[in-house]
Amino acid sequence: MPGPESGSKSGAKTGSNPGLSVDPVLEQALSQFRQSVHAWSEAVYSRPRTPVQAARSAWRLAVGWALGCVLLAGGVSGIAYEHHHRQVLARLALQARQAQQRRAAQQRADEDLLATVDSDVSREVPAAMEPLAQLMDEDTAQ
Amino acid sequence: MAAGTAVKPMTAELAEETAAREFARVVESHRPQIFRFLLASTRDLDLAETLTQECFLKAHRNWGRFRGESSAMTWLMRIAINLQKDHWRNRRMQFWRHTRANAVDPDEASEWLPSGERTAEQQMLARERVQQVWKAMESLSERQRTVFLLRYVEDQELSEIAGSTGLSEGTVKAHLSRAVGKVRAELKGNS
Repeated sequence: MPGPESGSKSGAKTGSNPGLSVDPVLEQALSQFRQSVHAWSEAVYSRPRTPVQAARSAWRLAVGWALGCVLLAGGVSGIAYEHHHRQVLARLALQARQAQQRRAAQQRADEDLLATVDSDVSREVPAAMEPLAQLMDEDTAQ
Repeated sequence: MAAGTAVKPMTAELAEETAAREFARVVESHRPQIFRFLLASTRDLDLAETLTQECFLKAHRNWGRFRGESSAMTWLMRIAINLQKDHWRNRRMQFWRHTRANAVDPDEASEWLPSGERTAEQQMLARERVQQVWKAMESLSERQRTVFLLRYVEDQELSEIAGSTGLSEGTVKAHLSRAVGKVRAELKGNS
């Protein structure tokens, strides 16, 4: 790797740019910039490498996957719960409707039976007791 | 039968071995330069290392197709530039991520001083100038920055830059001129 001291080449080239006039201040700045970048790059390139980044990436990936799985599982169970809840509500509503219908039918049947019993059991009062029966009806009306 | 040693035809195995050796030599000689360019371009150490690795991985996969029409450096630099472009494009798509999260700021990058400056004043001046160039770099377009770095950090000729970037020499010159103009303005603005 070329070191920072190899900046002389750049200085020579910057001035020889066809169509690019480079004043001394700019030329010096560019040369210093070049040397600075070379020094920085050399320092970080030759430093001992540790697989921290890879481990961190793997860790992040694992966390990402875990979080994704949890979210997915949560979403799926939420949808399943909602679906189940709706089914239960629908079943309860149906049961309630059926019970109501059954009660209505029972009530109608009871009324019919009562009417039948009334018509079967009741009989006309003998003619001799007619005035008395009328009196009882009047009392009941009052 | 003719006297002397008979030339053995190159077997596939031997050819593979030769190619692997050649590639290893290329990696050894060009890796620091590719890394340096990517580091200066991204100012992100981890990203530069990752992209450098990807660059050589890609180069290894396509090594058989490299016909030597350009120099290996130009070819590798082209791969590096494309990888960098892809990275920023993908990064733009991932808008929820904080861009340049690991990037070093210009002040920190300019801590690395050229070795020639001896006095404190010279060092301070050099640091300030380097900082100004980094600052000016931030205002350059991606293409201008690439051309600028290849020219003034990697010392490439215009024809080499044209080969690495896939631009014509005239376009390279135009980008370079604009980039230098911005750096000059930054230096003058702060002087």
